[in-house]
Amino acid sequence: MASLWRYLLAGLGLAALLVGILAVVYLTAPRSAQPAGPDVSRTKKTDNGLYMASFVPERGVVRQGELESWLLTLKTKTGASVERAAIAISGGMPQHNHGLPTSPQVTDYLGEGRYRIEGLKFTMSGWWQLRFAISSGAGSDTVLFNVVL
Amino acid sequence: MKRLFCFLALMVVVILVGCGKPDFSDAEKKTIASLALSRLPPLKPDTTNRFADVPAAAALGSTLFFDLGMSRDGTVSCSTCHKIDRQFQDDLPQAVGVGHTNRRTMPLAGVARDPWFFWDGRRDSLWAQALTPLENPLEQAGNRAAYAHYIKARFGERYERIFGPLPDFSGMPLNASPLGNDAEKAAWNAMSGAQRDAINGVFANIGKAIAAFERSIEPAPTRFDRFALDLATGAEPKGDAVFSKEEILGLKLFIGKANCVTCHDGPRFTDNSFHNTGVPPVADLPPDRGRIDAVHQVEADPFNCFGAYRDGDAGACGELRFMVKDASQLIRAYKTPSLRGAATRPPYMHAGQFSSLDEVVAHYAKAAPSIEGVSEVHPLELSDRERAALVAFLKTLAE
Repeated sequence: MASLWRYLLAGLGLAALLVGILAVVYLTAPRSAQPAGPDVSRTKKTDNGLYMASFVPERGVVRQGELESWLLTLKTKTGASVERAAIAISGGMPQHNHGLPTSPQVTDYLGEGRYRIEGLKFTMSGWWQLRFAISSGAGSDTVLFNVVL
Repeated sequence: MKRLFCFLALMVVVILVGCGKPDFSDAEKKTIASLALSRLPPLKPDTTNRFADVPAAAALGSTLFFDLGMSRDGTVSCSTCHKIDRQFQDDLPQAVGVGHTNRRTMPLAGVARDPWFFWDGRRDSLWAQALTPLENPLEQAGNRAAYAHYIKARFGERYERIFGPLPDFSGMPLNASPLGNDAEKAAWNAMSGAQRDAINGVFANIGKAIAAFERSIEPAPTRFDRFALDLATGAEPKGDAVFSKEEILGLKLFIGKANCVTCHDGPRFTDNSFHNTGVPPVADLPPDRGRIDAVHQVEADPFNCFGAYRDGDAGACGELRFMVKDASQLIRAYKTPSLRGAATRPPYMHAGQFSSLDEVVAHYAKAAPSIEGVSEVHPLELSDRERAALVAFLKTLAE
């Protein structure tokens, strides 16, 4: 009888220890990082490889909720600047069923393949997509940039 | 044996202490800090209204805001619906001016920071907004020629000290407006271009004065802001800055699982944008499609940022210039309202569809499809306890 009690107590003790360890692990564990997000690289080859495109905020930082201008730089495969390209911009938030809150447009060509895109506005935090349809003497191609805020 | 009990007791203490304290990850702390009123940037100058920060203009605007003479029958002013002691709103599902309108009155705290005005954004500046109810037959029901004459007769000297000489109104009709009744429209059409421009100029200045007054209405700090400040600085919360477990759960849900912060972000708890969230229509009101019908109205408004009555250069017109004009996302999309003070001003949504915050939270958790267009909201599993916690947190933004 006594030994049964001892086993029971030991079992209880072990169970309590397990609960304790689990509790400590749970309370001290680092917060799990965000799951791997979309590719947020700022320089990319266009979908059919016609151009190399770079897309950066003109001020260097993104300010949520403000109208901003970004620069899109286009080079050919050989590294030559792409001049006089026609560029159409679309995009949105893939997880929210909505497009862009503004209609950004190319407003200036700054030389050396650099185009100023004005009227961008990221109103929410989260995953945004910007798609550029590019057409020039080198041909037509598209590229998609992800912006995660 | 004794040791085992000691260990168990210690574990219990560890667990209890762990549960009692607000426990936020670094990412959560960052989000909470971004919502605090102390993070609200200073009000930017309004270059489209050079009187925006002129005290005499704000004083005249304040007089006009409360003046019943600023309506067709002398019974309605801005303050009829924007009640000063009720967060500048009226507690009604739809506003009542000279007639019964189709939309809920907006509160005014922080309104000068909006890029778009009205629930559907059909005006693009605070001063252009202020003009619209003056001529709406359901609101103040006046006409712009009558307002110009009234200003001259009643406030001529004050007006001229701020805006310069009033035009010569001799030979101008007493009642005329391109938006009025048939007689008023005919009178407007019979006026010369210079006469119309003179009336429009005085009318625009009325809006600029009222806007100068409204710029002074800013949100006040709440319990949430005191809590957020303590959390950010690591200070021990005291008094009403201490959040209950329920309020902490509500805050965690707000910035986490319930996705509220996606649209209700920043210190004003709004992204200043328009969304279709599947809010149902009100049966006996005219059809209302939200933002999709407003883009044409703001484009056609002679008092918009591209119009002749703007001060400063067109560089201030980015919102209008880059406005989305035709996209399915605009169908039944309405402005994200600020949640500051919301708990104490039911009913909710653009036509007062929901009478309580419980109903609002239930709507967003259920995420019923929109009757037109596509709702951006996804269904969410929220327990009764979680829904109550969200409401408890929202109340901290109104205390």
